[in-house]
Amino acid sequence: MIDADFEFLTRFLHERSGIALSKDKAYLVESRLLPLVRSHKFADLGELIGRLRFGSDAVLAEEVIDAMTTNETFFFRDKVPFDRFTEVMLPQLIKARATERRLRIWCAACSTGQEPYSLAMLLKERAAQLPGWKIEIVATDLSPTVIDRARAGVYTQFEVQRGLPIQLLLKYFEQKGEKWEISPVLKPMVQFRTLNLLRDFSSLGRFDIVFCRNVLIYFDERTRGDIMERIARLMAPDGYLTLGAAETVIGLTNAFAGHSEHRGLYQPSRSVSPQPVLARIAG
Amino acid sequence: MKHCLVVDDSSVIRKVARRILEGFGFQVGEAGDGRQALDICLQAMPDAILLDWNMPVMDGFEFLTQLRQVPDGDKPKVVFCTTENDVAHIARALRAGANEYIMKPFDKDIVEAKFQEVGLI
Repeated sequence: MIDADFEFLTRFLHERSGIALSKDKAYLVESRLLPLVRSHKFADLGELIGRLRFGSDAVLAEEVIDAMTTNETFFFRDKVPFDRFTEVMLPQLIKARATERRLRIWCAACSTGQEPYSLAMLLKERAAQLPGWKIEIVATDLSPTVIDRARAGVYTQFEVQRGLPIQLLLKYFEQKGEKWEISPVLKPMVQFRTLNLLRDFSSLGRFDIVFCRNVLIYFDERTRGDIMERIARLMAPDGYLTLGAAETVIGLTNAFAGHSEHRGLYQPSRSVSPQPVLARIAG
Repeated sequence: MKHCLVVDDSSVIRKVARRILEGFGFQVGEAGDGRQALDICLQAMPDAILLDWNMPVMDGFEFLTQLRQVPDGDKPKVVFCTTENDVAHIARALRAGANEYIMKPFDKDIVEAKFQEVGLI
């Protein structure tokens, strides 16, 4: 790929999705975009980028963003955040919200839905501890294609075998030929929406738990700090933020403080002010 | 070092599984059917068993049923690994005492995930 094409693509992705693509990621561009080159029958990557430069093919533009931002994921990915959800976050919040019996959870980069559905399964398994509770899981992603897949909740045999215990597969999925579909008892627990983290998301409301894993790494430092500060303003003061295993708030923002006992788990700092009314209206 | 017995009538599958499991640090033994596997278990109970369903002489389901009745037969973690990929077979295997279930085809990541799930890795 010639330098001018790479520079154009870097600019295009940054403007549309906020992704900061460094020069050492050129290999990623080729591996992610070559399937599109083939499916659109372009001669090479240069021709695809040429079409993108022309600016009239909105479908292609969306496909390129999808290809560059869609991440492989699986049920109960990394395990630890889900253990903390059941062992730390839920017990504390069940106690703290005993009167209002309401809990709101946001999966900020849900990809094809495995993360929110994993949380929904854990909540269903604990239904006896949560009688009369209203629990909402809001799951968002940049890509409409990915959100459509998440909403459909249909997964391949490979996808349901990585991280998902067999008992949960039997309990919360229906076999449809060679695919497995999330059961009707689980699907309504998750609301899926398309959302660009670069834009204002204050209208989503207040959350007790935010999972924002493996997405901030794609943004530059300033953007990362800005997104985290805006997330902090949406959170209950005793809420919890979970980042990806390789992500941290350190050096990016003071809006969150690390949990004293659990690495990778954060809570809003006491000094964070709520979302300013003017900013909310302006959004 | 943990010991895993791979029970499958296909030598190709046994070889693939052996390579994957040795990569996870297991000492791997092999059996071509349920009868052979039971004889091996009665000599020395392995920590884990990766088990095919359809095999000559004694199939995987029959093997598991008998294994769970012999002394110490409740000790090994049994992970079925089979082309019987329907809900009825999975439920039957779990009722008979299987700990996890892999639907073929499988790869290293799936074996790793399932063995982690039952605390073998």
